[in-house]
Amino acid sequence: MTSLPLLSFLVFFPLVAAVLLALLPRGAERSARLWATLAAAIEFVASLPLWWRVVPGAPGFQFEEKVAWIPSIGAQYHLGVDGVSGLLALLTTFMTFIAVLGAWSSVEKRSREFYALLLALEAGMLGTFFCLDLLLFYVFWEAMLIPMYLLIGVWGGQRRVYAAVKFFLYTMAGSVLMLVAILSLYHVQKQWSGVPSFDLTAFYAMPMAPAQQLWYFLAFAFAFAIKVPMWPLHTWLPDAHVEAPTAGSVILAAVLLKMGAYGFLRFAMPMFPNALMVCAPWIAWISIIGIVYGAVVAMVQPDLKKLVAYSSVSHMGFCMLGLMAMNAQGFAGSMMTMLSHGVSTGALFLLVGVIYERRHTRAIADFGGLWKVVPVFSAIFLIVTLSSIGLPGTNGFVGEFLVLLGAFKTKVAWAAVAATGVILSACYMLWMFQRVVFGPITHEENRRMSDLTLRERLVFAPIILLIFWMGVAPQPFLDRMQPALDRTIELTQSRAMQSAMSQSDLPGVSIMTSPADTVGVRP
Amino acid sequence: MIAIIPALPLAAVLLNLLLGDRLGKRGTAWLACGSVLAAFGFALRAVLHLASLPEHDRQLTELAWTWMRVGDFSADVAFLLDPLSAVMVLVVTGVGSLIHVYATGYMSHDPSFRRFFLYLNLFMFAMLTLVLADNYLLMFVGWEGVGLCSYLLIGFWYERPSAAEAGKKAFIVNRIGDFGFMLGAFMLITHTGSLNFERVFAAAPAAFTTGAITLATLLLFLGATGKSAQIPLFTWLPDAMEGPTPVSALIHAATMVTAGVYLLARSHVLFELAPTTMQVVAIIGAATALMAATIGLAQNDIKRVLAYSTVSQLGYMFMACGVGAFGAGIFHVMTHAFFKALLFLGAGSVIHAMSNEQDMRRMGGLAPRLPLTHGTMAVATLAIAGVPFLAGFFSKDEILHAAWASGHRGIWLAGIVGACLTAFYMTRLYVLTFRGPSRVSHEAEHHLHESPASMTVPLVILAVLSVVGGYVGMPFQEGGHAFERWLHPVLSAGGHAAAHHEVSRATEWTLIVMSVGVALVGILLALRSYLWNPAMATALRARFEGVHRVLENKYWVDEFYDALVVRPFVGISEWLWRFWDARVVDGLVNGIGYTFEGGSAILKLFQTGFVGTYALFITLGVIALFLHFLR
Repeated sequence: MTSLPLLSFLVFFPLVAAVLLALLPRGAERSARLWATLAAAIEFVASLPLWWRVVPGAPGFQFEEKVAWIPSIGAQYHLGVDGVSGLLALLTTFMTFIAVLGAWSSVEKRSREFYALLLALEAGMLGTFFCLDLLLFYVFWEAMLIPMYLLIGVWGGQRRVYAAVKFFLYTMAGSVLMLVAILSLYHVQKQWSGVPSFDLTAFYAMPMAPAQQLWYFLAFAFAFAIKVPMWPLHTWLPDAHVEAPTAGSVILAAVLLKMGAYGFLRFAMPMFPNALMVCAPWIAWISIIGIVYGAVVAMVQPDLKKLVAYSSVSHMGFCMLGLMAMNAQGFAGSMMTMLSHGVSTGALFLLVGVIYERRHTRAIADFGGLWKVVPVFSAIFLIVTLSSIGLPGTNGFVGEFLVLLGAFKTKVAWAAVAATGVILSACYMLWMFQRVVFGPITHEENRRMSDLTLRERLVFAPIILLIFWMGVAPQPFLDRMQPALDRTIELTQSRAMQSAMSQSDLPGVSIMTSPADTVGVRP
Repeated sequence: MIAIIPALPLAAVLLNLLLGDRLGKRGTAWLACGSVLAAFGFALRAVLHLASLPEHDRQLTELAWTWMRVGDFSADVAFLLDPLSAVMVLVVTGVGSLIHVYATGYMSHDPSFRRFFLYLNLFMFAMLTLVLADNYLLMFVGWEGVGLCSYLLIGFWYERPSAAEAGKKAFIVNRIGDFGFMLGAFMLITHTGSLNFERVFAAAPAAFTTGAITLATLLLFLGATGKSAQIPLFTWLPDAMEGPTPVSALIHAATMVTAGVYLLARSHVLFELAPTTMQVVAIIGAATALMAATIGLAQNDIKRVLAYSTVSQLGYMFMACGVGAFGAGIFHVMTHAFFKALLFLGAGSVIHAMSNEQDMRRMGGLAPRLPLTHGTMAVATLAIAGVPFLAGFFSKDEILHAAWASGHRGIWLAGIVGACLTAFYMTRLYVLTFRGPSRVSHEAEHHLHESPASMTVPLVILAVLSVVGGYVGMPFQEGGHAFERWLHPVLSAGGHAAAHHEVSRATEWTLIVMSVGVALVGILLALRSYLWNPAMATALRARFEGVHRVLENKYWVDEFYDALVVRPFVGISEWLWRFWDARVVDGLVNGIGYTFEGGSAILKLFQTGFVGTYALFITLGVIALFLHFLR
């Protein structure tokens, strides 16, 4: 434990910065971006102890903070990190900084509010990763929605309102079910232990009959599946991405999509292990459909952002497949895919943003022959494309390989079908790249495009570095996440065993009412 | 120091990137060639050191760092130098150096000179990683890395849509193979717990059932068919000729495309456990050799003929592996690297001289104008045709011998027929280019010139190698020839290589006479129909109009794939997107939305804001309650 509450600082600093930014005098639009960048930079630097100081092998959560929040119902302000949430939090602070820096020249109106919302979003995301209390989790989970809704709805493209509402309602539909499940669980827990609590560890300790877990699991899984997004609940994503401003797309792809998989890993899987065992094959197949479907549909997209959005559906399918494999390789692969997808897909959206700013179009057909005009942009685009394809030596490969290996160990057919995604990703990405960058220049306007500015190069330099670092020497990342992942596997398996064995003599079972009834006695 | 061999070209890549245009053309050329030459030097030193060790100790490994360690799986970045990788590394750096030097002349007028050598050096790095890796996963890095460089270099002249298209095709077809490679690797992990060569081979005999090892090796072989352009994944290689000619020589003839053969030879312990797979390999190899050779008969583009010739020769190498003669396969990899690189570079020299003309119908009679090119090309043509005492003769003969001796008579027959066809189409190429009357256009005639020394010197060196390169494999030696003895420590592992099929001296002589005979027949036939009596070629073509059409159109394999795979695929993609995503899923989602909207529109009608209306509803409610309770 440190004397300074690091996690609270990380959550509230961007929030304070956001408020201050919003209070800047009108006309200070230009300085807003400077202050926002500074705040994001400070936040990123402040989050670095999560890399240096989190001890991978240590039991339980670190940097824990626990304060009573609503004592009457046992809700606590309880934060903590382990290897998994630590890395995801680092991804968040890093990509937020990149997104803020990348937005400099693209935001023209209301830039104070824009950056304020981005920072508020960061606070929400970090809170979601750090919190260890279910009620707090729900609060942060919902809090993230609002800034993103506004970012899309105000700074978005032509159909921004449709996209924003769709995004909001889709996610709300899922999280409302989750709220019902959380409240119901709370009652079950209170009856079982006699002490009201929303604490995650309390739920980890509570035994539950397998039959009963199913409904809770489904409620949580539905909320998370929408966020991932898993096929067929993915249709909000292409619209949201296409309409969102660049920085919004970057954060959406880099961090928000990870919330779903993280939710499975932290909540749904260890809390309801027996239900998981029942559902895992289904979820795995749905993920595989997502892998193939996302790739196939990405193939024919005329719009760059839509193409990248569908590729995300495919990549996140890999993520979920790795989790369903329920072994060390699958889990580690899933985490690596989350991290590398965050970096690479974030970078892809930034790259699309770069050419959108210059040409005000994202249609693939409007480009062609860009290598001749903007070689630096094209070279970076190539590297990021290859990392998205999962070329060995780049970050994408490590995750994909480990996921497929994990899946292969659990069920050969999963890996065999999912591995076609490796071929398909090459198809759609290279075809897109060919049409945008190769060939003769077909549109005269493209001749006047300017290559990357110094600021833009600074944005991409760390991304390229990360792409190769994570690809060539991923062990530091793997070392940090593995103890936490192993614990999750252990916890899930031991809880599953425990419930399955003691099903008959569980005292809790008799007082545990069916979910429908529990909902009925809601306060 | 093994790691330094691949590290040198990589360092050149990074320097090239860092220094950028400050390097200048000369600097770029020196950096690129110097790094590869230095790699060759280090490779030579390492191999000499290896040779100085006693036979059973010839295996040097070097751990660079742990790549990934997850649960019970781990993979290292580690290198292995043994006699097999030694052969490969010398061929790659040696022939690679020559081609780099050649390219400084060939590409001298290209505005993207620096980018070209950047890719070429990156390729060297990937290729050396491939052959020096000590486990399948690191090998896969090189494997996909060379695929990437191939993609970039085929599409080097990216402004030509056909070049960009060919590059993409190469990468995707290779990825289909890589899909097999990856699944094969997973099988190795689940059965043996490792991807390290030594550990996999040690564990394999006990760990696999016959069925499992057959599947695993077939999957690995699928990877090999992609990289080495065998049926069914060969279609990318002829299109790859869109790349600059030095690229065709280096990547699509001498080095990368032989990676599949290397994979098989490296994994021979596994393949020998799976007789069914071996059978498949032999048949695919023979079929590819024949099919590509027949297509080669009817092509008019000089590089396309060579491309199909490469596919065909690779078929021979797989034939060798399939009948268990992995050593002969690697021997052919080496000699083929010499004469095929020479043929491509020679063709490049012709194309260079002819101001980028590639159609042989507009060549002819070039011999006196390009004496060096002509002389070296003639040597290479004889070498590939299998004329005695040149490099190709020894290796091809060894393959045919192995096929016969192991009892694969059908495979042998295919090889013999293929040898005749090879001699025919190569002589045809030679005659159409260098002999007979000139069909060169006026402008081209004007610029016709022999290439500069940077291009001709590599040609001469390769010509010498094409002559003497085969003598390490002189037949009729007790205990096998020098090349075989060198590879023995690697190929005897697993205990199968001992199954050396002996045939009588008389049979061996008969086989040699037959293979020489068909080669001579092929040469003479081609000379007769294209040089001595050109009317005969026309007559033949008219007589076999249908066959000629089939061959000229390459059996319509590309069209077949396009109709069967590509078009339906794009169609399905469109349908899924426009119908399933937009109509079904979003239709449902929006439908739910509209239902709520419509529902609230109706409910809205009740909220009129008039007290009178509300009073009416209250009254109605009270009446309803009364009725309910009084009933």
